[in-house]
Amino acid sequence: MIILDGSSISNALVGGLLIGLAASTLILTNGKIAGISGILGGILHFDKNDMNWRILFILGLILSPLIFEIFRPLPQLSIFADNRTLLLAGLLVGMGTRLGSGCTSGHGVCGIARLSRRSFVATLCFILSGILTVYLSHYYRV
Amino acid sequence: MNLFFSFLSGVVFGIGLILSGMTDPSKVIGFLDVTGNWNPTLGFVMCGAIFVSFFAFRKASKLSVSLTGQTISIPSKRKIDIPLILGSIIFGIGWGLAGYCPGPGIASIATGNIKPFFFVLAMICGMFIHDRLLNMTRLLFSNKSSKE
Repeated sequence: MIILDGSSISNALVGGLLIGLAASTLILTNGKIAGISGILGGILHFDKNDMNWRILFILGLILSPLIFEIFRPLPQLSIFADNRTLLLAGLLVGMGTRLGSGCTSGHGVCGIARLSRRSFVATLCFILSGILTVYLSHYYRV
Repeated sequence: MNLFFSFLSGVVFGIGLILSGMTDPSKVIGFLDVTGNWNPTLGFVMCGAIFVSFFAFRKASKLSVSLTGQTISIPSKRKIDIPLILGSIIFGIGWGLAGYCPGPGIASIATGNIKPFFFVLAMICGMFIHDRLLNMTRLLFSNKSSKE
């Protein structure tokens, strides 16, 4: 079954345009790619000359729900995963995005937008492995 | 000035993630659940984001420095190698398990729910483990080839 409704499609589109606008702002003003795993990972290297823009971007990202709330209520979240699954998922996402040099934003948005072959391949890999993981989890979830 | 724009980009990026539904793990899992109750909505997020940034990257490729005078750093690597493929597959497994990728995880820390905070903490540990392990292999490798 395919689930689709109009208002979430328009929210998805407008949200996507905002993400694109943010990525555009970062490349045109700071000359940097808006890849979240890369920006965060770079902070962990404590390179004094390459820290401030990263910290401020992440700070903006952390504060964004508080600013969102000024205009409209935050959407309800439903998180199925238990804490153990969240920890395992976090470790895999952390290691995988560093090894693969990017995540949904760096490869999936910025990489595809600049027509990088590496990013096309990476995006294909993580979407397919995500699909397979969700498929398998239907059978192994208690 | 560029630091202000960096902060602004972070805020707008996060608002986009929240509005689009990307911060709701059940929607992300619904997007990946192509054989079950597939919810393709989040595909529109990527389309919208790629559409806008396509023009920005075309413009950026013609600039020598950014509008605030910063160097423009665009990855130059072109080779499709094992780390790229293996890393992306590992990332996809984690993404499918919890429904979180790095951006939405970080943009959900301040919502008051402890779960995304757990995820982000584990993700930072994963990044640390990877970068340390990689440094270790590099260290071992260069010791072998250069010193003895």
